[in-house]
Amino acid sequence: MPEDTFALRIFRFDPESGKDPGYQDFQVPRGGRSGGLTVLEALFYVLEHQDPGLAFRYSCREAICGSCAMYISGEWKLACQTQVGHALEGNVVTVSALPHLPVIKDLVVDMEPFWRNYEKVKPYLINDGPPPEKERLQSPEDRKGIQEMADCILCAACHSACPSGIANEDYLGPAALTKAYRFVADSRDTAREERLTLVGNEQGIFRCHTIFNCVTSCPKGINQTYSIQQMKKLVMKRNLGLQL
Amino acid sequence: MIYHPVLIVGGGLAGLRAAIAVHDAGLDCAVISRVHPVRSHSVAAQGGINAALGNAEGARDDTWEKHAYDTIKGSDFLADQDAVERMTREAPARVYEMEHWGCPFSRLADGRIAQRPFGGAGYPRTCYAADKTGHALLHTMWEQCVKRGIRTYQEFLVLSLTVREGRALGLIALNILTGEIVPLAADRILFATGGAGRIFGRSTNALINTGSGLAIAYQAEVPLKDMEFIQFHPTALFGTNILMTEGCRGEGGYLVNAEGNRFMEKYASKAMELAPRDIVARSIQTEINEGRGFGKGGAGGGYIHLDLRHLGAKKIKERLPGIRDICLNFAGIDPIDTPIPVQPGQHYTMGGIDTDVTGAAPVEGLYAAGECACVSVHGANRLGGNSLLDTMVFGKLAGDAMAESLAGNANRTEPAPEARTLLEEDLRKTRDRAHRLMAGDGTEDPSAIRDRLKDVMIEKVGIFRDRGTLTEALAEVRELKERVAHIKVRSQARVFNLDLVTNVELEGMLEVAEVIALGALQREESRGSHYRLDFTSRNDADWLKHTLAHRTPEGPQLDYSPVAITHYQPVERKY
Ligand SMILES: Cc1cc2nc3c(=O)[nH]c(=O)nc-3n(C[C@H](O)[C@H](O)[C@H](O)COP(=O)(O)OP(=O)(O)OC[C@H]3O[C@@H](n4cnc5c(N)ncnc54)[C@H](O)[C@@H]3O)c2cc1C
Repeated sequence: MPEDTFALRIFRFDPESGKDPGYQDFQVPRGGRSGGLTVLEALFYVLEHQDPGLAFRYSCREAICGSCAMYISGEWKLACQTQVGHALEGNVVTVSALPHLPVIKDLVVDMEPFWRNYEKVKPYLINDGPPPEKERLQSPEDRKGIQEMADCILCAACHSACPSGIANEDYLGPAALTKAYRFVADSRDTAREERLTLVGNEQGIFRCHTIFNCVTSCPKGINQTYSIQQMKKLVMKRNLGLQL
Repeated sequence: MIYHPVLIVGGGLAGLRAAIAVHDAGLDCAVISRVHPVRSHSVAAQGGINAALGNAEGARDDTWEKHAYDTIKGSDFLADQDAVERMTREAPARVYEMEHWGCPFSRLADGRIAQRPFGGAGYPRTCYAADKTGHALLHTMWEQCVKRGIRTYQEFLVLSLTVREGRALGLIALNILTGEIVPLAADRILFATGGAGRIFGRSTNALINTGSGLAIAYQAEVPLKDMEFIQFHPTALFGTNILMTEGCRGEGGYLVNAEGNRFMEKYASKAMELAPRDIVARSIQTEINEGRGFGKGGAGGGYIHLDLRHLGAKKIKERLPGIRDICLNFAGIDPIDTPIPVQPGQHYTMGGIDTDVTGAAPVEGLYAAGECACVSVHGANRLGGNSLLDTMVFGKLAGDAMAESLAGNANRTEPAPEARTLLEEDLRKTRDRAHRLMAGDGTEDPSAIRDRLKDVMIEKVGIFRDRGTLTEALAEVRELKERVAHIKVRSQARVFNLDLVTNVELEGMLEVAEVIALGALQREESRGSHYRLDFTSRNDADWLKHTLAHRTPEGPQLDYSPVAITHYQPVERKY
């Protein structure tokens, strides 16, 4: 094997071929056009030069659109944000689709279960009052309190990594719950009660066993477990009749 | 046959805002997007959105009129002044609306929306959400679509637009997930398909910004306006060309050459780093070309430094956390203690589908909004922070206009019989074309053509242009067009055939590239982003006019239309 190449080992599945799914290796040069090489660039190299049938999602290539979350050398990563050099095991980088979501083809998963849960938590600001003429005021501290949750890119890495969700598609999962908390914690939202009822059950926050896989898998460094625990506290307080 | 009274192509900010307007007017509409809407390029916008709210310290007497004048001056007087006034007047309402819908804007100590200085603006007028403004806005807009239950066709790539006798009737699209090619009929169609950045090498744009909407409209004989005006952003991260927002300079960052000098002093002594983008980009390129950059002669062109170190760790972490992450993850440097290597990169498509202020194109039933449209509010050079604004103001206006024009006769549930017949005809043609691409015995390697196109465009239709290089570029693009007729799609897959997707796009990229190169060759003056080494000054007597490109079998045919001037006579730009 030449020194200046590495093996990109891709888990293939082609719904049209009738063939069994399995790993396939491609030899890819290490240096990209710009010196470094990301896993996404390596996938493009394979698409353009070796297998025009390869399927994967992409858009921004700068870790903000959430298209390219995958399972790379044993970790949940965005392909665009992962340097090949950091993902090598020996001379191999292994890539497969996000675990625990149905695979459509190669690295493309069916995101429908993920979006269904996202929609269940009413992922939008609710405020009964009439909007003021200008902005609703929010202190910098209150804004800071929702920053991390609002930064979620909906890539589904945490959803795919969560053991509590593996056998249970109806578990809202860390991403949807983080979205719920993003509004629970927003000083402008008036639907806190309703939101806590939506998530305060065995398909919501109480199915979280604080395993923290979501936190380790998040490419944006978000702490989903924090959001979930905060809501557990609020629901407990409410159930005990304490002031929220 | 799929039918909606209104179909919107594009799930970025412009498309979604239009969909909300149509929905709120009580009409059925659907959004078609080649990616899930939150994956649209709008999500990557960083620095902010302009509106004369007068919130920031030092901006108390800002007004929409001042915003209008800054925009017109920034445009090098090519913008239509009535359109600019419309946009800047409606800016505060659009920003407040996003706030009411939950957008997490950064805040001042008193709780109002924070604003930062941006290039070419007389006041700190750019509202922001840290340095992830596009993400904050697009997610909020999508949330509002979810709330309303707006129908979307995701991972559908529109391939063509059906126009007969000057009327738009529908679209033909590829369902990427199944490989089916399907017709979609509508009475009103909006294009909100974004920019064409990826025609150029060194682009800050998302990989999906191939300008396919522009190509599709142009192929349906809709004129494209002012396409020669391509914005080069001064500060793209060297190597990957990921954007380093103008907000870096807005927060006080310096541009420094290899000799350690803040060279903007020479080019714009008052505005310094915050002069408009065309001026800063040319200044940087001049420094590099004249040997005062780093890495000269090396691969990828040279670079200079964007130095943030003096801002300190706290400010960088608070105001520019996304920039810091990008530097850490993509360049392996921390801007808190290392200057960022940057070079100019292609950034924005000022031109686009010719529309009026309501978004209407010169084809009945067809509208366009956002980066793919040219109203024109950006003229020859867009100001930072005005594009996000453009998407929302004109997305809404177009949505309103479509709904209004349909009012009272939108009770159809399927297409008119003649439209159905014509769409079926086009469906057959498009299927044949896909078939030919997949079954042909072509020999050309599409990725070689694509790479060559990008090199030609950035090298010969870039920041500095002249007759010689533009003539060469045009000839090369035409030669590539010949070659593209002989490519073969190698994958026969139906499900998620990226080979088919990228090759269909390539044909369109070449068409759009030809329009850009020809427009640039014909325009014998320098204005805004279009800088001719052989005609270095602006020439209002001959060239204060918009370029319109019409498709003919022999290639683009250019004619020109007047610029709307309300109050402001063109003067020389000084910063
Ligand atoms: C890195 C970066 C940072 C920026 N920062 C700022 C900023 O701070 N402030 C500012 O004002 N501007 C900024 N801009 C510019 C601004 O973000 C864009 O101009 C704007 O978001 C474009 O929005 P849009 O809705 O027109 O298009 P996009 O958001 O690009 O959306 C286009 C949509 O069209 C769809 N589409 C395209 N072709 C097809 C097809 N053939 N079939 C089906 N669907 C299709 C896509 O799927 C997508 O949904 C930035 C640009 C870049 C590149």
